[in-house]
Amino acid sequence: MNEIIQDKEIRAANLKGLGCSRKRVEDARFTQGKGNYIDDIKLPGMLYGDFVRSPFAHARVKSINTDAAMALDGVVAVLTAKDLEPLSLHWMPTLAGDKQMVLADGKVLFQGQEVAFVVANDRYVAADAVELIEVEYEELPVIVDPFEAMKSDVVLREDIADQKEGAHGARKHHNHIFFWEAGDETATDQAIEASDIVAEETVYYHRTHPCPLETCGSIASMDKVNGKLTLWGTFQAPHVVRTVASLLSGIEEHNIRVISPDIGGGFGNKVGVYPGYVCSIVASIVTGKPVKWVEDRMENLMSTAFARDYWMKGRISATREGKITGLHCHVTANHGAFDSCADPTKYPAGFMSVCTGSYDIPVAYLGVDGVYTNRAPGGVAYRCSFRVTEAVYFIERMIEVLAIELNMDSAELRRINFIRKEQFPYRSALGWEYDSGDYHTAWDRALKTVGYEDLRREQAERLESFRLGKTRSLMGIGLSFFTEIVGAGPVKNCDILGMGMFDSCEIRVHPTGSAIARLGTINQGQGHATTFAQIMASETGIPADSITIEEGDTDTAPYGLGTYGSRSTPVAGAAMAMAGRKIRAKAQMIAAYLLEVHDDDVDFDIDRFVVKGAPERFKTMKEIAFAAYNQAIPGLEPGLEAVSYYDPPNMTYPFGAYVCVMDIDVDTGVADIRRFFALDDCGTRINPMIIEGQVHGGLTEALAVAMGQELAYDEMGNVKTGTLMDFFLPTAWETPNYETDHTVTPSPHHPIGAKGVGESPHVGGVPCLSNAVQDAFRPFGLRHADMPHDHWRIWKMASELELHG
Amino acid sequence: MTSKVAMKLNVNGEAHEILAEPRELLIHALREQLDLTGPHVGCETSHCGACTIIMNGMSVKSCTLFAVQAQGAEITTIEGIGNPDDLHVLQKKFSEHHGLQCGFCTPGMITRAAVFLEENPDPTEEEIRFGMAGNICRCTGYQNIVKSILAAAADIQAAKEAAQ
Repeated sequence: MNEIIQDKEIRAANLKGLGCSRKRVEDARFTQGKGNYIDDIKLPGMLYGDFVRSPFAHARVKSINTDAAMALDGVVAVLTAKDLEPLSLHWMPTLAGDKQMVLADGKVLFQGQEVAFVVANDRYVAADAVELIEVEYEELPVIVDPFEAMKSDVVLREDIADQKEGAHGARKHHNHIFFWEAGDETATDQAIEASDIVAEETVYYHRTHPCPLETCGSIASMDKVNGKLTLWGTFQAPHVVRTVASLLSGIEEHNIRVISPDIGGGFGNKVGVYPGYVCSIVASIVTGKPVKWVEDRMENLMSTAFARDYWMKGRISATREGKITGLHCHVTANHGAFDSCADPTKYPAGFMSVCTGSYDIPVAYLGVDGVYTNRAPGGVAYRCSFRVTEAVYFIERMIEVLAIELNMDSAELRRINFIRKEQFPYRSALGWEYDSGDYHTAWDRALKTVGYEDLRREQAERLESFRLGKTRSLMGIGLSFFTEIVGAGPVKNCDILGMGMFDSCEIRVHPTGSAIARLGTINQGQGHATTFAQIMASETGIPADSITIEEGDTDTAPYGLGTYGSRSTPVAGAAMAMAGRKIRAKAQMIAAYLLEVHDDDVDFDIDRFVVKGAPERFKTMKEIAFAAYNQAIPGLEPGLEAVSYYDPPNMTYPFGAYVCVMDIDVDTGVADIRRFFALDDCGTRINPMIIEGQVHGGLTEALAVAMGQELAYDEMGNVKTGTLMDFFLPTAWETPNYETDHTVTPSPHHPIGAKGVGESPHVGGVPCLSNAVQDAFRPFGLRHADMPHDHWRIWKMASELELHG
Repeated sequence: MTSKVAMKLNVNGEAHEILAEPRELLIHALREQLDLTGPHVGCETSHCGACTIIMNGMSVKSCTLFAVQAQGAEITTIEGIGNPDDLHVLQKKFSEHHGLQCGFCTPGMITRAAVFLEENPDPTEEEIRFGMAGNICRCTGYQNIVKSILAAAADIQAAKEAAQ
């Protein structure tokens, strides 16, 4: 028997459960170069696929000549839409109820669109063959602007030109996708018209891209002998990929095994199903060999899922004292060539209707028009829950604009309008039930920590010096307060392609007291193997170090909807806790049997069950696990296993208060971030070290988006920022140090009260940084300027405000 | 296709003879011929640094070097910088200070940091940020990477002082 430790503190520390900064178990392989990412996988006889892509944003494909490519030594096959058509795989369904060309079928609709797929025995030969394929194009008029698209006679999607009904109701125009609304427009208009103060503004959230450091890719291996298809890939939702692959290919789902190996960052980019995945599968079926497809960086930026591209027209009203009376928002959403947004089925604009933010707004309305253009398809939630970063950016800009209209400090305006602690659970005007929050406490703490009053005083002094010609630097104070909505389900509201958005966990405890747990989610850097084990340790009394966490193999993991929208902790983390409780419940019966007392006469105590009133009589989880396999216990099955499929009753609503201070050189447009303070409330904290790391990372992605990162197109539909030379990813040099803080307001409906945190800093960070830039120029009459605030745009803004003399 | 060139190179202390097409990139020779998949391809344009290795004592981005340019070179990749029983101090510090998340940039970060600390054994935070600016991380926001490198530098200094 192992030594039995009595000291409670030592036992709790050994457990490495909830709340401790457990070091990550993933790190050993990553720091030693032993990660296993998609491009690291090499199978015997493996072939390589590569795409011919369209140089034009809109063109008819007149002919494709593959003869020269096929004649090249080492080329095994070339696939075009004609080859896929007999299999009905030349088009595929999108997650948004639309369909998308796998390979160009008669025309191309965006630059970089997949036209032909070459399969060769070497990646260099495949690239050579791509050059040898002759495609004859006839250029068509290009539309990159959604407003122009809605007026144009040019039909982008000829395949559905006559279709009056889309996946989300009637279409208004041949380039229109859907109209979606929430709230009461009449009541909202009336409230706004009756108000003392009304502020209007159009806020454009520019198109950008999640750009994880690892691009997307897949390897398909069709075993024709056994009829089994194995598909490895960069999938944020491997089980959904399996179901889609089965529906598309006709291969029964039990004959498909999908494996997500280590993933080099996702940030939403790896949620969708891409033509490359489909082509690697078809090519493997055709050739009988494993086929690898891995996109390069330019392909990643040009063709796999973008984010944002929302034109948000807002009206907000208030009393003279600053109490908000109504909010109206209309969005024109540029979805590109196909509607392949990744949103729950009923929400074609994601959770944009959380745009009332953290404020008690009595009446509101949101209408969203989705529009086709000659830009790439996508529309994923880049480090946020579905369209939440758009919603939060919108309201946090509208608050600033309203503050200007009211001639009021925007910190005070926020405070006046926050949903009060006692109002939770709070039903928003657009229908969401916010689970818990204490906004005033978080806000006051943030403002106090940064010394808000002193900062404003310093800013006023700086402004005075600037006006006197003593400095060319302005100071900007950026504020933001955000509420996220994460953790989709519940199943009754949220599904992806009909699959309810639950998640799952399966635990097996081994006879010697260690365990394996498998979940329906998949880690992309969040540290699931570390934190899920902490949840389980606290629930079961099995030390985290004795628990293996496994995800991403659909043959072994229970069905889950995957990792995005900060749903892993709110949904799979809950499943983990619930499965752990089932283990504990059985363990309690075993302990009672072994101790010869009634089930109710033992208490759980960290890592053991103790007889009530007799602390010297106990059974450790180790002893209980062994007994589960070695004793015949009347009325109990042998073994110690549990499964939980968790359907969350509600989403969770993490929130936070951010403050940023910038010094902006008016003559160069350089914005120096002097200070960034982030207070996050993600409910119960599982691992403070990992939370802090998530906050740093999310803030840096916010820095990128707010200050320079853009997927820009010219009027011909050319991608202007297709490499990392032009597409801004901050380096260590541009990135500031961040100060982090927290409050803890547990979710009342989550088993352990956790809300999720990975995306909060991005959602809150973008408006905070943008507000800081704009705050610096507020005294000179600036109301609103669109992101990204790169040096050139800031300089230009200063110039337009006549600050360059 | 041009004929392949026979070449010799020394990687992580082992001598290798390989055949490489003149156009074959060093990163592909390392990853696909020598099965050293620690260094990664992130951008193909020298911006991200995921492919960083040490060649003849210098940090190089192996995605922008032809394999044949490494004829006779001494190369160290992440796989050769330490081993499970004797980790490099940077490998330990990155883990202790949570200097990595998805891990994709980590091999390049650590190999670059190793050379950086040889160039500048007692760096300031600002010098680290400048010296590491050729390596992009999308997950960590760099704060903990900087912390890890500072901690490694302190350890190296302490070890040196103890030895004296």
